[in-house]
Amino acid sequence: MTQAPVRTEPKTTPAGPYVGRPMDRVDGVAKTTGEAKFSAEYPYPDIAHAALVHAPIARGRITGVDSAAALAARGVLAVITHENAPEMKPSPSASMLNMETMAVSGSVTFLNTDEVHWNGQPVAIVVADTLEGAQHAASLVKLSYDELPSTVDFRAELPNAFPQKSSMISVGSAKKGDAEAALAVAAVSVDLDYTTPMHNHNAIEPHATTAFWDGDKLTIHEGTQNVDWTRKLLASKFDVPVEGIRVIAPFVGGGFGGKSMLWAGTILTALAARVSGRPVRMMLTREGVYRTVGGRTPSTQRVALGADADGKMTALIHTCVTQVGNVGGSPEQVTSQSRHLYDAATILTEQKQVSLDVLANTAMRAPGESIGTYALEASVDELAYKLGVDPIDLRMRNEPAKNPMDGKKFSHRMLREAYALGAEKFDWARRTPEPGSMRDGKWLVGMGVATAFHPSWQLNANVTVRLSVDGGVLVRCGFHEMGMGGATAQGQIAADALGVPFESVRVEYGDTDLPIGPGAGGSMQTASVANSLIAACEKLKKSMLTLAKKSSGSPLKGLKLAELKARDGGLYQSGAGETYVSILSRAGRPSVEVAIGSDTGLGAVTGQVKFMSKFMLDNRRWMKAASGAQFCEVRVDSDTGEVRISRWVGSFDVGRVINAKTASSQLRGGIVMGIGMALQEETLVDPRTGRIMNPSLAEYHVPVHADIPPIDIHYLDDPDPTMPAGILGVGEVGITGVAAAIANAVHHATGKRIRDLPITLDKLL
Amino acid sequence: MKSFAYVSAPDVEAAVRAISTEPNAKFLGGGTNLVDLMREEVEAPDTIIDITRLPLTDVVELPGGGLRIGALVRNSHLAANQLIRSRYPLLSQAILTGASAQLRNMATVGGNLLQRTRCFYFYDSTSACNKREPGTGCDAIGGFNRNHAVLGGSESCIATHPSDMAVALAALDAVIEVESVRGVRRIPLVEFHQLPGETPDVETSLAADELITAVELPALPIAATSRYRKVRDRASYAFALVSVAAALEVEDGHITAVRLALGGVAAKPWRAYEAERLLQGSPATEETFRKAAAAELAPATGQSQNAFKIELAQRTIVATLNQLLTDGGAA
Repeated sequence: MTQAPVRTEPKTTPAGPYVGRPMDRVDGVAKTTGEAKFSAEYPYPDIAHAALVHAPIARGRITGVDSAAALAARGVLAVITHENAPEMKPSPSASMLNMETMAVSGSVTFLNTDEVHWNGQPVAIVVADTLEGAQHAASLVKLSYDELPSTVDFRAELPNAFPQKSSMISVGSAKKGDAEAALAVAAVSVDLDYTTPMHNHNAIEPHATTAFWDGDKLTIHEGTQNVDWTRKLLASKFDVPVEGIRVIAPFVGGGFGGKSMLWAGTILTALAARVSGRPVRMMLTREGVYRTVGGRTPSTQRVALGADADGKMTALIHTCVTQVGNVGGSPEQVTSQSRHLYDAATILTEQKQVSLDVLANTAMRAPGESIGTYALEASVDELAYKLGVDPIDLRMRNEPAKNPMDGKKFSHRMLREAYALGAEKFDWARRTPEPGSMRDGKWLVGMGVATAFHPSWQLNANVTVRLSVDGGVLVRCGFHEMGMGGATAQGQIAADALGVPFESVRVEYGDTDLPIGPGAGGSMQTASVANSLIAACEKLKKSMLTLAKKSSGSPLKGLKLAELKARDGGLYQSGAGETYVSILSRAGRPSVEVAIGSDTGLGAVTGQVKFMSKFMLDNRRWMKAASGAQFCEVRVDSDTGEVRISRWVGSFDVGRVINAKTASSQLRGGIVMGIGMALQEETLVDPRTGRIMNPSLAEYHVPVHADIPPIDIHYLDDPDPTMPAGILGVGEVGITGVAAAIANAVHHATGKRIRDLPITLDKLL
Repeated sequence: MKSFAYVSAPDVEAAVRAISTEPNAKFLGGGTNLVDLMREEVEAPDTIIDITRLPLTDVVELPGGGLRIGALVRNSHLAANQLIRSRYPLLSQAILTGASAQLRNMATVGGNLLQRTRCFYFYDSTSACNKREPGTGCDAIGGFNRNHAVLGGSESCIATHPSDMAVALAALDAVIEVESVRGVRRIPLVEFHQLPGETPDVETSLAADELITAVELPALPIAATSRYRKVRDRASYAFALVSVAAALEVEDGHITAVRLALGGVAAKPWRAYEAERLLQGSPATEETFRKAAAAELAPATGQSQNAFKIELAQRTIVATLNQLLTDGGAA
């Protein structure tokens, strides 16, 4: 993937670093002109198209298959069902030693079993010459079923919820002191129940796969958030060498967690290509995405807060029940923020699950904190009203100096500053606290605030950096670009580290032919890549200096790297120095390349061990997180209850901001998604059948332009010293706190507390 | 999508002749709903008769001040038409609240009238739906029915008609002109759409071989002071939970003329005759509006999720009439 033209002549670096600037994304032109190719756009001669057949029952067995009509339809090449599909390996079970197992979406052995485990499970794939032919033939495949009793109703199953066991990446329950006892004697308390529905990601690009086999070698274009894990899981599924599989994904049309796992469509497209002997393309229909790719779990939550008369919290309880599928899915960190946000004397968090005959749930933007901050932060607002104090004031009275559970240090915590900045920009002082007191004609005006919070993590990344005699810099790392601006940010970091013009840096990503990069998830990709990239640039400068010193005429003779500054395309001490181009020319070398990390063999194992030990050490030493304050103004129609957002200010502590433009866009995008979650989004699962009834963008509402006010983004831009380049991550923190800020503003406007998302007008009448 | 034969009709005569000889044919106008339904295989015609070349694309003035709107006038053109905007502003307003700009650029007046319901269970071939497959039952009753009818429903179907334009037309006494090989018929819009009763699959009084050729609007001076208010879950691109088309004329504090129709509440655009009866001649006060709204909704029945519409419809009627009284009509 070419991201920027390689300059043949060195260009003078403009004053100041690239990091922090609002720079245009390097893939902007390719995307706006349509030149950027997504996974369903790769032309192959002789390409065939595929379509899925879905089971219409939640649980049962297939008793018969009639493919005759489908096979007779024009252009049909194959109808693959459990009766004729070649055997594939079952998916491996989860293991921290094989990180790719984190991307296993479920245990169903598609088309190798007659069992049906959810309403919508793929039970056949049809391959035809044309897309229309495949889709029509799919409708002609007739299957008969023996239906078995199923459990599909989340609410009805709540009494059977079971506690979650804690793991390294997910805390099931935690406590400090006796929170229930403290709550019982608190001077002021609230004890509240919340519900949130299932959500779907609705990335603009539906999941798409183009697959082509050459013997045991598979080339697959796949819109995924993790090319490496996709490759490894496909190798295991088809029992072929991992080196023979190449996953290519330079552009992903949005993921939000929905493309982190290996879902049925990818496996079955590769299967269809193997069976038909043709390159096969399948882009899921929007309905197909809903039926085969999991969404965010529904939840019920209880938040109980106790405080003394001064508003100092004495008890904080946050419990939840979420859903997993009987054949896949995992607990969601709904109570995560509640262990870190308030300096309560006692704390209890507890997570439970129910397991249903439904599609596996999966990560969706800020899994856990998105819906968890809704319940917690709406409850804090209720407590503030009960105490008669300003909701920001109440938060500041309970702002902890150390992690409340265990006294661990915060690596960075500037929530006070974020609130101060946000309150000023929003003009919070103008707010009169009495509900219904701010009216504008027929509109009831309300202002609400809530805390945003998302933990900061880091993954391993292998990176190479090459400096060429033409002055070009090539950064290679198999990370992912699904709209965030990753390549632009890494280009800025490399340009600063090497002291070269941004335009001379080319960043390659989204391909398993590249060094193994991190998945795009958990807001950690930029920091993870930056960590290795900065190390690689250091290593490269060292190599260049060593190379320079080998030539007698070098002005760098006798100097140490620490004495030099990388600028103007080379290494300099005050006026004296030499460009990289000159060093390479003198040495007669076309280029020098360095690598950080190794993809294979002992190097890979060492890298993994190193990463895990740093992960555990960091985890013991620090609590790391991005945080912020969300301010909104809503207007509620006093006749109809329609809620419209009229103003938004987001004030964030996200550590250092690499690109002011793309980071703001990410935070803004998170807020837009949060507005959808608060007011509109709901996946309607029929409790009688377990079937999703609104699998389309006409019926599943996400915000349209008219729903979104100008969103004013501010950040403190103060680097976290413990994170690579000071980055805390911007991908997810933006969505957190949004629903609570809106619910709180709606209460301020109307006097009504809505504890059930989405906040639709019928709940306000 | 099932394969189908495609023919293009050069004129109305050819179009109606073609459909009279094809047992399972559909006319294709803008295709914004039909093509969707064909993709879902809810509709599966053997033949598509393309009528987009028919000369039915004009809006012309009628003697006496009315307008005749060709059935193929695009929704966006109709909404922008100066005559419509000045004489029937609520119609322009109603159209602009519907769908998206892209859909309105394609959708035709005739097709808009023939839109089919957005009931989830109608669209989903695995669900029971008496409208899609008579005799199978209705999964919306006891299922997701937040968007469904509170007026005129039956035990076999509680679907709503999704059009905004048709609600405005219902308030405006519009007349639909249809043509077949048997001749031309004129049907008042309020009689065009049918309530479900036992046969929810029969949605209009249009015969299988008839083509909508025009919609006629009578001269209606009161329409100059009119509004369309659509209440929905997001600010744009959503079907109405409830909508109100209203025109009001007041002299000396009394209502001298009124037109009122509701959308989102029934299988047809709901002309609020009972409310109109109570409003006519009464003092133009909020109390009158409330009583009229309550009377119109008195026969309404809520389902498990949509009972709020009964209250919402009354509030929206009152708010819209109040606004007409204080601010006048839409610009």
